[in-house]
Amino acid sequence: MKLTLSATIGICLTALFVLSAIFAPWIAPYPLDLAVGGVWEDPSSQYWLGTDTIGRDILSRLIYGGQITIFVALASSLLAFSLGAFFGFLAAVKGGWTDQILSRIVDMMMAIPSLIVALVILSVLPLNLTVLIFVMGILDSTRVFRLARAVAMDIAVMDYVEAAKLRGEGQGWVIFREILPNALSPLVAEFGLRFIFAVLFISTLSFLGLGIQPPLADWGGMVKENKDGLIYGKAAALMPAAAIAALAISVNLVADWVLGRTTSLKGGRGG
Amino acid sequence: MAEPLLDVRNLKIGATVYPPGEPPEDITIVHGVSFTLEKGKVLGLIGESGAGKSTIGLSSMAFGRGGVRITGGEVFVNGRDILKLDHGGLRKLRGDEVTYVAQSAAASFNPAKTLMEQVIETCLLHGLCDRAEAEKRAVTFFRKLGLPNPETFGNRYPHQVSGGQLQRAMTAMALCPKPDLVVFDEPTTALDVTTQIDVLAAIKEAIRDTGVAALYITHDLAVVAQVADHIMVLRHGKKVEYGTTKQIIEDPHEDYTKALVSVRSIEHEEKRPTPAPVLKIENVTARYRGTNFDVLKNISVDLHPGQTLAVVGESGSGKSTLARVITGLLPPSAGRITFAGRELSREQTARKRDDLRELQMIYQMADVAMNPRHTVGTIIGRPLEFYFGLKGDAKKKRIQELLDEIEMGKGFIDRYPAELSGGQKQRVCIARALAAKPKMIICDEVTSALDPLVADGILKLLLNLQKIEHVAYLFITHDLATVKAIADSIAVMYRGQVVRYGSKSDVLAPPFDDYTDLLLSSVPEMRLGWLEEVIAHRKMESAGN
Repeated sequence: MKLTLSATIGICLTALFVLSAIFAPWIAPYPLDLAVGGVWEDPSSQYWLGTDTIGRDILSRLIYGGQITIFVALASSLLAFSLGAFFGFLAAVKGGWTDQILSRIVDMMMAIPSLIVALVILSVLPLNLTVLIFVMGILDSTRVFRLARAVAMDIAVMDYVEAAKLRGEGQGWVIFREILPNALSPLVAEFGLRFIFAVLFISTLSFLGLGIQPPLADWGGMVKENKDGLIYGKAAALMPAAAIAALAISVNLVADWVLGRTTSLKGGRGG
Repeated sequence: MAEPLLDVRNLKIGATVYPPGEPPEDITIVHGVSFTLEKGKVLGLIGESGAGKSTIGLSSMAFGRGGVRITGGEVFVNGRDILKLDHGGLRKLRGDEVTYVAQSAAASFNPAKTLMEQVIETCLLHGLCDRAEAEKRAVTFFRKLGLPNPETFGNRYPHQVSGGQLQRAMTAMALCPKPDLVVFDEPTTALDVTTQIDVLAAIKEAIRDTGVAALYITHDLAVVAQVADHIMVLRHGKKVEYGTTKQIIEDPHEDYTKALVSVRSIEHEEKRPTPAPVLKIENVTARYRGTNFDVLKNISVDLHPGQTLAVVGESGSGKSTLARVITGLLPPSAGRITFAGRELSREQTARKRDDLRELQMIYQMADVAMNPRHTVGTIIGRPLEFYFGLKGDAKKKRIQELLDEIEMGKGFIDRYPAELSGGQKQRVCIARALAAKPKMIICDEVTSALDPLVADGILKLLLNLQKIEHVAYLFITHDLATVKAIADSIAVMYRGQVVRYGSKSDVLAPPFDDYTDLLLSSVPEMRLGWLEEVIAHRKMESAGN
């Protein structure tokens, strides 16, 4: 299948974000945490995107901030998918009490807004990246569970799943070899979406002061640091906000393309 | 000769297909077919799936199903080319002059409206007559089609009547506007054989009485032989043979037609029972959870090594439930199942691996019995790996042997199910079952989703494999022709009970019980006048009673 224009744009932008995050120390013109200019200087040939509230180069901080933001969002989404998909499939395959218990736990978790839960947990636990990733991953896994269970329910009634059970296959084979390959395309599309929610969530947490802690930079935190500049007509806060928006859009373009591609794979569920 | 009612000249029909992973492609599905139909005559269109028979039938209403377009040729109805009609003209044509009877009446009726409202809808919408007159017509047709309580039948909703009655109601719907031509698209295919005969007789009588012309589309030559004046045999969108029904049935010219006429000509010599059956079912009773109704009542049958037990019955008789009980998916509430000398656990999950291995199953729909994301190699290879621990080259070699056994070549090992034809898919499912070296295979309607010639090939293959591998089959089917072709013993099921059981020659020889008699006499035979004989015979019998 050919690359569409939107997919090309999405892949280029996403690659740009990821590569600049990986190679941050070589690309960034200035160190992460050094005041190099005046407060809220306008963009210039020296500081491409201007400087922030204490005179640090915004472009450099954006590049370093991308590292943290993308890593945490990716790690927590992967965790959410591993947990959510596994338990979702298990609930669909086992049915009965297993399904009831898992589903009710998830209902309970979903009944409370994730932001509130996250705020409570994060204000009790020590604030570091691992804790942040786990909290976000577990909270997000409830959404994935819902989707995975629904998709797997449709697949679990197929004759080929029955044939596998009649053969005496264990739960593992049924889940990972019979159901997973057929459930992959909706899950991949969902991954793009959930990754973006993770980026937004971590930005929100940082904005509220419970996410990434200084001196590390992340995009949500940068919006917070520079939000006062908006009052004085300084655009500093808009730069990280624009980065968040651009990442969100480009990842979704890629996810759309992947969805279109996987559904038209051999034996896929229609084009 | 009078001007024909329907005159199709060099009809070409195309469609756009979307092959997976490739750009859309335009294909031709009907290649220049021509035929005529006179007033009051019935033309049977026959062919396997994909032959283009439904597409041609619908073109007489200038209609193409999703993605299908008429790309060339002319279709004249009552002397004017309907392909040139505008929207209003088409609307008048469909319903006034040409009407349609679909295959699945259950899916075609609106469940929220009464039958009467739907039957007379066309008359009212097209302003053909007023409501009172339309209802009178409908009642007349209900009576003619042998529906119960014709005066009040129309007050019922679709779910309140049986499948056969619904199909007759749809025929009434098609006849109510007094059209010149009715297109019957497989009207009896979805019905049980015992129901089919009544619907068939009703349709035939209605056609004769109203003098309407009809296109009768079916894949069953024996059925079309009962109603059609002429038959056109189609294959791959081309006309294979056209002739009077008598000529096609008694003296077919083309090889393909000959094959269709002589289908199910498999010779199978019945084997004698052995002292040690491989499967012994004793007094098994079963019900689904949450119901208070036994779907299986006190079933006792034996299956002998290397032989075939055919379980016959119409839908709802409990034949597939019997398979679920044997495999342990539905634990029986009473009774014993002994397999290869040892008693089987009721629950599938509690069974030993050897019990699972030696009892394999083949499904009706090969499409959904294979994981679409696995290659043929994985599908056949998994039982080898799982039961025998075969790996690498040894596994590959055995897969190839199995592919050879099912008469499929080398190139198939890396293919996905979507890249196989219907018959090939079913062959791969057979190979998967054989891979486990089973003592017994449950075949659940394995040929009923296949075209007659393909089904024939599968049955021959199964019989051949039985000789080589000495495997026993429990063959579930509703098709008595299949049973005659392959069974050693037969169990006839009706409403969860075995009403007749024994060797093939005993079961198929008189004296019959009432149900077996009904079942046997309902199977269409490939000769003219069969329908009339059976109906006359039944009338005589009921008069005698």
